[in-house]
Amino acid sequence: MSLIELKNVGYQVDDTPILQDINLSIDAQEWVTLSGPSGGGKSTLVRLIASLLSPTSGTLLFDGQSVDDYDPIAYRRRVSYSFQQPTLFGQTVRDNLSFPYQIRQLPFDEERAVSGLEYVGLRASDLDKGVNDLSGGQRQRVALLRNVMIYPEVLILDEVTAGLDAENKAFVWSLVEHFNQDDNLTIIAITHDQAEIDAAKRLVTIENGRIVGGA
Amino acid sequence: MNLAVNNQSLMLALGLVVIALAISWKEKLGIDRDMIIGVVRAVIQLFVVGYLLKYVFRLNNIWLTAILILIIIFNAGYNAKQRSNGIPNALPISIGAILISTSVTLGVLMLAGAIKFIPSQMIPISGMIASNSMVAIGLCYRNLNAQFRQERQAVLEKLALGADLKDASKEILRDSIKTGMQPTIDSAKTVGIVSLPGMMSGLIFAGVDPVRAIKYQIMVTFMLMSATSIGSVLACYLAYRGFYNDRKQLTV
Repeated sequence: MSLIELKNVGYQVDDTPILQDINLSIDAQEWVTLSGPSGGGKSTLVRLIASLLSPTSGTLLFDGQSVDDYDPIAYRRRVSYSFQQPTLFGQTVRDNLSFPYQIRQLPFDEERAVSGLEYVGLRASDLDKGVNDLSGGQRQRVALLRNVMIYPEVLILDEVTAGLDAENKAFVWSLVEHFNQDDNLTIIAITHDQAEIDAAKRLVTIENGRIVGGA
Repeated sequence: MNLAVNNQSLMLALGLVVIALAISWKEKLGIDRDMIIGVVRAVIQLFVVGYLLKYVFRLNNIWLTAILILIIIFNAGYNAKQRSNGIPNALPISIGAILISTSVTLGVLMLAGAIKFIPSQMIPISGMIASNSMVAIGLCYRNLNAQFRQERQAVLEKLALGADLKDASKEILRDSIKTGMQPTIDSAKTVGIVSLPGMMSGLIFAGVDPVRAIKYQIMVTFMLMSATSIGSVLACYLAYRGFYNDRKQLTV
């Protein structure tokens, strides 16, 4: 049984269809790369999977059960979505890394945060660094770390490497590889980057609101 | 009492409106009609209220006083709702928030012995409390609408991390409550330095010792702080869920 299954899923705003007839199955621990022209519906598709939007037609199943049957908050803690050009919260890196703990009313695991920061190439002292003092690449790493401070089962990445230099891109990608291979996270990643598309384990192409290849 | 306003002096004071009209006409502001309507409405409304209050004060009936207070609260709630710009259930939320903020504030003032349940005290004080609560709630609504649009991505990111609606909206709520209370806090800071507020001015004007008048003003400052804070907190906490659907998704 697939972890995520979309059956004839559609999404429209007023009378304008954004997505039509999407059929897609994603297995646990799979890494699916979504590509296609801008405005084709990729972000809408992953927002449906992240339950930030609901399909206007069709069925979306998670672990064999309709997503509508899950409590949306509990579901989003299992299926985490990382945005392109993320917003960092509060004043410091700590405010961001402690956020997943705050919302679960758990004590902040500072040790994990420090090892996480070191793993993503930052320093332990950066925990109290102001978010405005971070470079673009550092912001993206902190945001990604925020998504995995408490591991989800699925990590959705919406063009997280867009706008990063080659070195940062490679670094972020190696992190995602680690999440997928060593920590068994299912990865759904949107990208326009040709190298990432060429390296895709499974490539799904979306154009004009429909899957045109890879499903 | 050393007030000397009579019908004749009012007619002469009408000359002040003529000055305003002349400015509007000379500067081609295009607001002559609005000004005339405003003046005529103010005169009619105030005369009606004056005679009505005279009647109610003379009657001194608890139920009639309570009904008038409820009418004030309903009108204030209706006006606050007009600032909501589509927030769901804004009318019941506004009326509820103003009703509770007014009741709590009036209750404390009565328990403290500062006012009695007589129409000449309850009606004007209720009006002051409800109108300040109304302005505060209107500001809260405006800020909620602006902030949910401006901070849309941050809210979405918090939801995407598994935050509940309250955690995802916390910063916006805090900011909106502060915005609602800000005018009251600002005027409390400058009271007596920049402005001599209505109640205090009225009492001094009517010949009351200024030291006694300021005590009333201090009471008014306290009660407006309470009314705007209760009104803002209730309205914001009841209204923010209207920005989400039942699947806890942001709808703006």
